[in-house]
Amino acid sequence: MPPFRAYEHLFRLALLFAAGMIAFLVVRWALVPSDYGRYGPYRANALTEIRARPIVYAGQAACVDCHTDVAEARRTNAHARISCETCHGPLASHAADPAVAAPTPDPRAVCAVCHVPDTAKPASLKTVVFDDHADSGACTSCHPPHAPQL
Amino acid sequence: MDPDRRTFLLETAKLVVLTAASAAAWDFVVEGAPERAPGYDDTAHWWAMLIDVERCIGCGRCVQACKTENSVSLEPRYFRTWVERYEIDPDDPEHPRVTSPNGGYDGFPPSEKPGVKTFFVPKLCNQCADSPCVQVCPVGATFQTRDGVVLVDKEYCLGCRYCVQACPYGCRFIDPETHTAEKCTLCYHRITKGLQTACVEVCPTGARYLGDLKNPKDPIHEFLRTHKVQVLKPQMATHPKTYYNGLDGAVR
Repeated sequence: MPPFRAYEHLFRLALLFAAGMIAFLVVRWALVPSDYGRYGPYRANALTEIRARPIVYAGQAACVDCHTDVAEARRTNAHARISCETCHGPLASHAADPAVAAPTPDPRAVCAVCHVPDTAKPASLKTVVFDDHADSGACTSCHPPHAPQL
Repeated sequence: MDPDRRTFLLETAKLVVLTAASAAAWDFVVEGAPERAPGYDDTAHWWAMLIDVERCIGCGRCVQACKTENSVSLEPRYFRTWVERYEIDPDDPEHPRVTSPNGGYDGFPPSEKPGVKTFFVPKLCNQCADSPCVQVCPVGATFQTRDGVVLVDKEYCLGCRYCVQACPYGCRFIDPETHTAEKCTLCYHRITKGLQTACVEVCPTGARYLGDLKNPKDPIHEFLRTHKVQVLKPQMATHPKTYYNGLDGAVR
């Protein structure tokens, strides 16, 4: 009499298969984060992490909240559509706590950022050769930046 | 009684289906309800960027703001957004001279040759709807969010550089500190809080516009309908969501 019948080979095979499956599921459970695949083939919490980055530029609305006088002065002139932080730089820390001083932009270099001539610039933009126009000094002594007049 | 072949197959099939179903249900139990960002529904947006080439003056404010907002490496010089200046000599229109000194961070030196067609082109991630960089990522570290922004999971990224060479627009690089892939996030931390991207915020001429294609009231729809708008490398079938108005044929 043989030690066991032919079909009993299948039990051993099934046992091995089940053990393999369990091992696979355990490894998968250990390695794959539970939030993986919630929205697609990626870790859903990555979105939360990316969103948690601190804001550096406060945004125009935050500036206008307090500085209504400047906003009013700028409303109708050539610089009306320019955001405060274009010239003044990032101000989120100042907007969060007004005691933090807002940096003052250089009154000549900050103008040159836009108003130096270049053939690639659109013709409608007012440009000037700075050294021919005025050797040195602040542009803002003649041209108030919040209400620029030529 | 030994089961016949038919019953055996039927029982096996039941077992497989029920196991799969209970596994799926168990996943849901473990996970709980999906968490959401407070006050932001990512299924209600589909972000796009509109760039008006004719308005760009090459001041480089966007490049500076992007680097400041997102702590992008200053040295070595990597960029999430940068500005190129094209100079097309009418005697040799096939070979435009494209310069981008430090990505336009400090502006541009005046164009030297007179009688040459020149203009600025701001570049950034095109936020492709069918993005090659997402397709090639072997670990699922690069993905498209439900509001249409292509992002990188820095925890998952291996730094294998597949995505860097897959991007037809050269918009990716390897972060020199973390050695993982880096790219424009469309300021995801800002736009999900109702703010503009840093580059749009500081652009003095309004050459950049952040649009929401799922918002029927967004003026971007009117603009796209009334202007001749182009995307970069349409032949790549990446379906970019960065649209260029007034783009010259020389731009690649």
